[in-house]
Amino acid sequence: MTASPILQVDGLVKHFPIKGGLFGKRQVVRAVDGVTFDVAAGETLGIVGESGCGKSTTARLLVQLIEPDTGQITFNGKLLGRDLSLRELRRHVQMVFQDSYASLNPRLTMEDAIAFGPQVHGVPEGKARQLARDLLDRVGLDPQRFAGRYPHELSGGQRQRVNIARALAFEPEVIVLDEAVSALDKSVEAQVLNLLVDLRQERKLTYVFISHDLNVVRFISDRVMVMYLGEVAEIGPVEDIYERPGHPYTQALLAAMPSMDPDQRTEKVPLSGDPPNPINPPSGCRFHTRCAHAFARCGQVAPPPIELNPGHRAACHLLREEPKAA
Amino acid sequence: MSKPPLVEVEDLTVRFKGARDVYAVNGVSFTLDEGEVLTILGESGSGKSVTLKTLLRLLPENRTDIGGKVRVGGEDVLAMQGRKLADHRGGTVSMIFQDPMLALDPVYTIGEQIAEAVIRHEKVSSKAAMARALEMLERVRIPSAARRLKAYPHEMSGGMRQRAMIALALACKPKLLLADEPTTALDATVQIQILLLLRELQQEFGMSVIFVTHDIGVAVEVSDRIAVMYAGAFVETGTTREIIREAKHPYTHGLLAANLVGAKPGQRLDAIPGAPPALETRPTSCAFAPRCKHAMDICRAKLPPIRRWHDRRWVSCVLAAEEHASA
Repeated sequence: MTASPILQVDGLVKHFPIKGGLFGKRQVVRAVDGVTFDVAAGETLGIVGESGCGKSTTARLLVQLIEPDTGQITFNGKLLGRDLSLRELRRHVQMVFQDSYASLNPRLTMEDAIAFGPQVHGVPEGKARQLARDLLDRVGLDPQRFAGRYPHELSGGQRQRVNIARALAFEPEVIVLDEAVSALDKSVEAQVLNLLVDLRQERKLTYVFISHDLNVVRFISDRVMVMYLGEVAEIGPVEDIYERPGHPYTQALLAAMPSMDPDQRTEKVPLSGDPPNPINPPSGCRFHTRCAHAFARCGQVAPPPIELNPGHRAACHLLREEPKAA
Repeated sequence: MSKPPLVEVEDLTVRFKGARDVYAVNGVSFTLDEGEVLTILGESGSGKSVTLKTLLRLLPENRTDIGGKVRVGGEDVLAMQGRKLADHRGGTVSMIFQDPMLALDPVYTIGEQIAEAVIRHEKVSSKAAMARALEMLERVRIPSAARRLKAYPHEMSGGMRQRAMIALALACKPKLLLADEPTTALDATVQIQILLLLRELQQEFGMSVIFVTHDIGVAVEVSDRIAVMYAGAFVETGTTREIIREAKHPYTHGLLAANLVGAKPGQRLDAIPGAPPALETRPTSCAFAPRCKHAMDICRAKLPPIRRWHDRRWVSCVLAAEEHASA
C-alpha cells in the first residue's frame, strides 16, 4: 500500500442551526467539529461511533452533499474549490447510502439508473447502457433479468448491489459507504461484503466505510477512526485500535460488543448513560461526563491528539499524564 | 416429579390470508421451563416475531389462520376469550418491543402508564399503583426515578425509554416476558446496558424469557437455549454453547459466518448465496435447499428428517441424519 493520501481532510466543521427556544436563543448542533484525517490510496478507512457522533455528516461533507462551514478537502493533491471543481470531485468520489430504496429513483429502471450519471458526464447513450449492463453483471445481477426492473421489484440486497454498480459507473477512485450494509439481513450482508472485497481488489478502490457495527469494520478496514460528538477520539491501524485502544471511549465501545463466546459473557457495563446531545456538548474533553478516568482538567481543556504509535493517535489527557511504558 | 413446562407450543402454524397468502409459521414446536431464556434467532421474514405474537394473540384475527397448540401455564392460549385473554396479556405474559416510542402512549406520563396496568391487573388503589410504578422505575435503574415518573416518553432518551418500557412490562410480575429485538435500534454502549439489565431482572424475578433477535452476539449474551428459525420453521435447537460451538445445520453455519465469527479480515466470507423464500406456499421440501451448498436431490424432494439427540437438541437436516445413521 502506498502512503500517499488520496483524500486529505483538514479541520472540517459543520454546525446545523436549529430553531431557538422560548426567547429565540439560537442554538446549533455541532455535528462535525474540527475533523482532520487522511485516506491513503487503496486503503479502507472505517469510521465508527454512536448516533450523533457525526460520522454520517462527515460522509456527506466528503462528497459535498452539504458544504462545510470551514475546513478543506484535498483530493489527489488538488484542493477542492481551487484546483478541483465539484463536478470533478463527484466523478472520483462516489457514495452509497444505507437506504437502498430511497437512493434510487422509483421511475427509473435499473439500467437507466446506472446509465444516467455517465450520460450527464458526456458518455453517449448506447455506450452508457452497455456499461450499465456490464456493471449489473459484475455486481451479480443478470442484466437479462434485472436491467428493466424498477426499484420496488428488487430485494434490499439486490438494490444495494445496484447502488454499488451505479457508484462504479464513474470509475471512481474512492467510494464512501455510509452504513451501506447495515439495513441488510446478515446472510445478505455477507454477500455484499464479499462483493465489496472483490471490487476493491479488482479496481484498486479506496473505501471510506462508515458503520456502527464493529465486527464489520474490523473485517473490512485497514485503518479505523473513532468519532465521539463531532470529534475524532482515536484513529489508527485496525489492529492497534482493536487490540491496543488508547482512548477510554474506544475501550468502552469495544467492551460493549456482545460476546460471541457463551463462556465469556459481558459481566460489567462498560459505559452508563446515553451519548450526550451534540447541541450542548460537554466542555473540555467531550467524553469526560461518561469517562471512568476523568479528572479535573478533562472538563476544562480539550485534549489534543497524542501519537501512541506511528499513525495511531488518540485525544485523551491520560495518555499525556502517563508516558507510554517502553 | 418435575414441574410441567411453562410454555408448550405444538405444531404451530400461522397463515396470513390476503390477495397473496403467506405461510409465515409452518409447524413450530417447543417447550420452555420456568426461569429459562430461549432465543429465537433468524432473519427478517423467518417468522420469529409472528411466533412470539401468537403467544399473546396479537395477530389480526380476521386475516390469520392459526393452527396447532399453544399453552402457557397450562392454559390454552388459542382458546382464550374476553376477560381471560385480557388477564393473560400483561398479567401472565407481557412483551417489549424494538421501538419504545411506538409501544408507549405519548400523551400519558410514564408513571400513569405503569399505574394503569397495575390497577387493571391487581385492583389496587391508584396511590399503591403509583408506588409500584416508582419501585419499577428504580428496579430498571432509571436515575432520579421519582422525577421520571412524571415524564412523558418524548422527554426521555432512547435508552431511558427502553428501560421505562421494561418497567411497564414487568410491573405485574409476568411469568413470561417476550422480547422482540428490544436492543436492535440502540447504540452499542446502550445496547449492552439493556442486555445486562434484562439478564439481571430475569434472575431477580425468576421469569421465563423468549427473546427474538437476528444478532448472534445478543443471543449469546442473554440466552440459555437458542432455536434457529428459517422460513417459518425451527431448523436447529440446542443450548447456546451447542449452537455456537457444535452447529449442525448449514444455515446455522452460514449465520455464524455472516456474523463474522472467526472471519479473517479482508478475506471473502463463507456467505450463503441467494435470499430466503417468499413462503406463498407451505414448503414441501427443505426450504433452505436452494441456498445450501450441500443440497442433494432428496433435499428438494421432501421435508428433511429430524435428528434428535433429546427433545431440546435436534436438527432438521438430511446431512445430520445421515451422519447419525453411518455412525
